[in-house]
Amino acid sequence: MSPADGSVSAELNPAPRGRARGGHPHVVVLDYGFGNVRSAVRALERVGAQVELTADRGTALEADGLVVPGVGAFAACMAGLRAVRGHEVVGRRLAGGRPVLGICVGMQVMFERGVEHGTSADGLGEWAGVVDRLDAPVVPHMGWSQVEAPAGTRLFSGIEHERFYFVHSYAAQTFTQGHDDAADPRFTPPLVTWASHHTRFVAAVEDGPLTATQFHPEKSGDAGATLLANWLTTL
Amino acid sequence: MAVSVRVIPCLDVDAGRVVKGVNFQGLRDAGDPVELAARYDAEGCDELTFLDVSASSGGRDTMIDVVRRTAEQVFVPLTVGGGVRSTDDVDRLLRAGADKVGVNTAAIARPELVAQIADRFGSQVLVLSVDARRITAEGRAAGVTTPSGYEVTTHGGRRGTGIDAVEWAERAAALGAGEILLNSMDADGTKDGFDLEMLRTVRERVHVPLIASGGAGKPEDFVAAAQAGADAVLAASVFHFGTLTVGQVKDALRAAGLEVR
Repeated sequence: MSPADGSVSAELNPAPRGRARGGHPHVVVLDYGFGNVRSAVRALERVGAQVELTADRGTALEADGLVVPGVGAFAACMAGLRAVRGHEVVGRRLAGGRPVLGICVGMQVMFERGVEHGTSADGLGEWAGVVDRLDAPVVPHMGWSQVEAPAGTRLFSGIEHERFYFVHSYAAQTFTQGHDDAADPRFTPPLVTWASHHTRFVAAVEDGPLTATQFHPEKSGDAGATLLANWLTTL
Repeated sequence: MAVSVRVIPCLDVDAGRVVKGVNFQGLRDAGDPVELAARYDAEGCDELTFLDVSASSGGRDTMIDVVRRTAEQVFVPLTVGGGVRSTDDVDRLLRAGADKVGVNTAAIARPELVAQIADRFGSQVLVLSVDARRITAEGRAAGVTTPSGYEVTTHGGRRGTGIDAVEWAERAAALGAGEILLNSMDADGTKDGFDLEMLRTVRERVHVPLIASGGAGKPEDFVAAAQAGADAVLAASVFHFGTLTVGQVKDALRAAGLEVR
């Protein structure tokens, strides 16, 4: 794969709203001070998105897709998100069925809470469950691991057996399906992809408009590019 | 389903140019770290490391540009080390597109730097680089002893510090280093293989990922390092001089029953 022809720096040339330009989806990478956002921007441009790096609420609400990156501590990322009212943006987008992709800690904050060093912090609560420390001989889990993607996955289509780049010390180690929603005949249960580092943990979730990966697709070479391209097809 | 053994080429960069000789076919500019990085990415490397050996601040500014241009076209993790002395240095490299930053000498003088970096950016960005050597008979005669028999050095191995290398790795991990790059100054440049005894000793005591460095010559050397407990294997000259390809190293690891990407 080669970088998208004629792609330009998103900072220098803001993308148009919607898909006005040649069918390229407009993606906002939420700029709230956490994560290697440059890599995320470039990786999305590489697969044909018009990418804008911003924390502007209006822009983030209107984009075809919103990426929430994140590295470091759960509580610090949540504080950063709240500081730019990212929690409201994510909530409003999901309520309207508008796609959101969380990456690494950007995925972890979608759960109810995170526990680090014995201290609990509230997450966005889109999914039940807690993010806590991996119990393994070597932590962080750092490197390329395979995943177990479920039947029907769109995100991992064509890359079910590839490896992806992980770097994390914490993870959601259970996933609880929402029983209230399950009573609704229109409800589609989330597709959960698992990986293992001594213990099993949630590697990715596809839940209607909300998609998330514990690994870094923007750092996962060609497999990561395919995953991002797969996500763009859902926008 | 375990995490695969990472194979990491390391490029020494001085004022924006690759220092050691390069013997690749078909490169437009064999001294351009960006082009070399893309080449290693295409060969299937799992990560890349740039070691900035520039003596001047101008050289380090050039490095920022090299990192930025590399991050534009390489989509595997990039670690940059050399001359990192403060959290602001780390910030500049991360903003340029580095995923991890290697810290060495500055942390020996100021161990609190490790905690400062980990607190501000997270442990996952911090690779603590340890240049270690076995204390020789001459050293012992001169009164240098450490509990493990390994000593931390600076200045490319020319100066001893008297600090126990294994204890330092352990302490740095406790302070927040996310990974340890263990470079054997005895094995470095010999092509006789990694210092397996030192790797095993550090592996027993340190519970963050461990990168073996120094001494790689043959594909089997990488296998032995992984079997001694290294999570990743790093080499410079065998890759640059075309002695080995990343693929050959991975084939050897795979043949030994180790997981590779």
